[in-house]
Amino acid sequence: MIYYITDNRNQAIHLREIPEVDYAALYEDLKERLTQEQYHVAHYFARPEEQKLRFYLILLDDATAQIMISSFSMEYYEDIALPSLTALHPALHPFEREITELYNVEFDSMPWNKPLRFAFNRRNRNSTIDNYPFYTIEGESLHEVNVGPIHAGIIEPGAFRFICNGENVLHLEIALGYQHRGVENEFTATDNRLRQMLLSESIAGDSAVSHGVAFAMAMEKLSGKKADENLERERTVALELERMAMHIADTGALCTDVGYQLGQVACEALRTMTINTTQAWCGNRFGKGLIRPSGTNKPLTKEKVEMIRQNVAQIKRRYNEVREDIKTSASLLARYEQCGNVPKQEMQRIGGVGMAARASGVSRDIRSSHPYLAYGTELKHESIIKRQGDVMARLMVRCREVLQSADYIEQILSNYTPAESHLPDYDSPLKEESISIALMEGWRGEICHVAITDKEGKIETYKIKDPSLHNWLALALAVRGEGISDFPINNKSFNLSYCGHDL
Amino acid sequence: MILPKIKVLKSHGWQYIPDLNNVTLTEEFRGRVELSETSDMSDVEAAAKICPTQAITTVPFSLDMGRCLFCGECALRAPRNIRFTNDYKIGSTSREALIVTPQTKSVDFHQQNVRKEIPKLFGRALKLRQVSAAGDASVEMELNATGNVNFDFGRYGVEFVASPRHADGVVITGPISKSMAEPLDICFKAIPDPKIVIVCGSEAISGGLYAQSKAVDRSFLEKYHVDLWLPGTPTHPMTFIDGVMNLIGLKKR
Ligand code: SF4
Repeated sequence: MIYYITDNRNQAIHLREIPEVDYAALYEDLKERLTQEQYHVAHYFARPEEQKLRFYLILLDDATAQIMISSFSMEYYEDIALPSLTALHPALHPFEREITELYNVEFDSMPWNKPLRFAFNRRNRNSTIDNYPFYTIEGESLHEVNVGPIHAGIIEPGAFRFICNGENVLHLEIALGYQHRGVENEFTATDNRLRQMLLSESIAGDSAVSHGVAFAMAMEKLSGKKADENLERERTVALELERMAMHIADTGALCTDVGYQLGQVACEALRTMTINTTQAWCGNRFGKGLIRPSGTNKPLTKEKVEMIRQNVAQIKRRYNEVREDIKTSASLLARYEQCGNVPKQEMQRIGGVGMAARASGVSRDIRSSHPYLAYGTELKHESIIKRQGDVMARLMVRCREVLQSADYIEQILSNYTPAESHLPDYDSPLKEESISIALMEGWRGEICHVAITDKEGKIETYKIKDPSLHNWLALALAVRGEGISDFPINNKSFNLSYCGHDL
Repeated sequence: MILPKIKVLKSHGWQYIPDLNNVTLTEEFRGRVELSETSDMSDVEAAAKICPTQAITTVPFSLDMGRCLFCGECALRAPRNIRFTNDYKIGSTSREALIVTPQTKSVDFHQQNVRKEIPKLFGRALKLRQVSAAGDASVEMELNATGNVNFDFGRYGVEFVASPRHADGVVITGPISKSMAEPLDICFKAIPDPKIVIVCGSEAISGGLYAQSKAVDRSFLEKYHVDLWLPGTPTHPMTFIDGVMNLIGLKKR
């Protein structure tokens, strides 16, 4: 067997359990396997281990809820190029690019061998973000439009290069890395688990709860101190509140960008109400401070349960009115429909995840495929899927998910009895020489955290994957053939994270 | 169709905060911290030890809100000594004023540091260019919120603009990544004089969790004078509004 098989509720695994195979065997297996819709790679990275470089590949089987882990090794300075998997399955491009950037390992016939994020610890220091090798096309009728790294609004930086034929976009390339802070390195530079917890909340501030939950889960699998049932339910509520807030914010942003002020202000107010609900629970509008390993500082009280239920019911009712309004406004539909299409096949090929993938008919959702917390137990989650793959479909997925999240929160809280809660655990020793994998579905999509400990149980490697890592390419494909003036609504319909990508 | 719009409008009602000088945040909000000394300071020592950004000094007892991420863990460990209040008026023109001691009962804005031309030129209209330099998007979203239907800071003529040429100053968020150091500098140079620098969020003020990271370059802050420091993780819209109103002379703390 070339894989070790586990699932999302299992404990951490000792490293010696992970099969170490020949790259050729893994390559052959993945070549076939990844043509099937049920499989995709959640993470694939390398790390120095004794005298070699060891590569870990984490494969997900959506049909059986399995997590399949394999690995292979190579000597440093071994001068062989591994045949590229990206060449067969473009979905793997960010992983192979990261490995090349950090360790100089070449992949043979890699079609898109470009720096990923210009990490501070990259091998090739001559490659700098100012000389990113943008793709070019020659042609008399073509021109280039450069946007960024600083954008017009109050958002994070990234460089976009459009190649346009008249008003239409022929090609868009997105160069990222401006937000690189060295997050993964900071995790291993400290033993203070509270500091690590806060680091996870800062991976992407708009997904503080999501990344926080992923970190907490990764630690609990290593310490063996599982979250109790009530805590799992509280976390589920917090996650669904975050999903509501961000989907509402993006509904508003989509209205702003087509000049629809009523939708914009209604959503602004509803988002304020949602994040103020989170603030009244934990003191922070983004839920920072709410998620802690194995316990909580902010247990739900009876009053808070009622406050959340009341607010969520009102937000749901009012948001539904906005949704009805959007759906019956011809001038909005004219902008959203059949704009920025990413067909299912394409989305599948590039490994799109989360709500953007679901808007293209790819049913990828960790809440149903690899259940955790209250998903799969108390909540029988059914993903919301649309087929069209355009801006409208992405908006409608968001709309429906807001309503669904509100229902989930009500379902959990309507029969919730506050009980004695545990305080967070920052001190329990972690299982030595083990790998812990935590998967969860943030509002953007699949988040994967991987922690590997050393002989003393100290975190030696911490790997983070934000869904944006996959989905930036989907945005680039979406705008092909569209008018460049439709870029903003396409961008908002995805709303991807720069810092989550750049780490 | 018009009917659904009327429904939305009706449910929306009035959302703006009528008086921005009279806002109280929820009790849960962690804003200005209050310190008290006790004969036994062992709790404080424990709190200082776990603080993820070393924001707490035990002798003499102080807490630097420019480093603090407002996680609240210290207050749980030393409840007799450290207490977070919901006071959001925590911005100052002085970096030192963010260091709270047991004597601090409110954060001193140090009005005397405000350059004379600032209220004169910008008191009625202030246009700002925001630069996110590895900010985690939460501070950025809060800055966006200052102009939304609830806070509507635009009522005082304070707005964010796209071009540095149209701006009177820059608002920096994030610990300043190496890759953003140069774009930030270019952007700042493109702003016509006189111009102001606002540093927004604890991560921007001190580097936060990334103060020691090799991926950041904070030389900008050594090179230029900072007019306003606004702590928070993220900075609450009201902290921003209060700080800027004090800076341009619309109120006195
Ligand atoms: S609240 Fe601030 S001072 Fe206290 S532990 Fe957290 S970061 Fe440190």
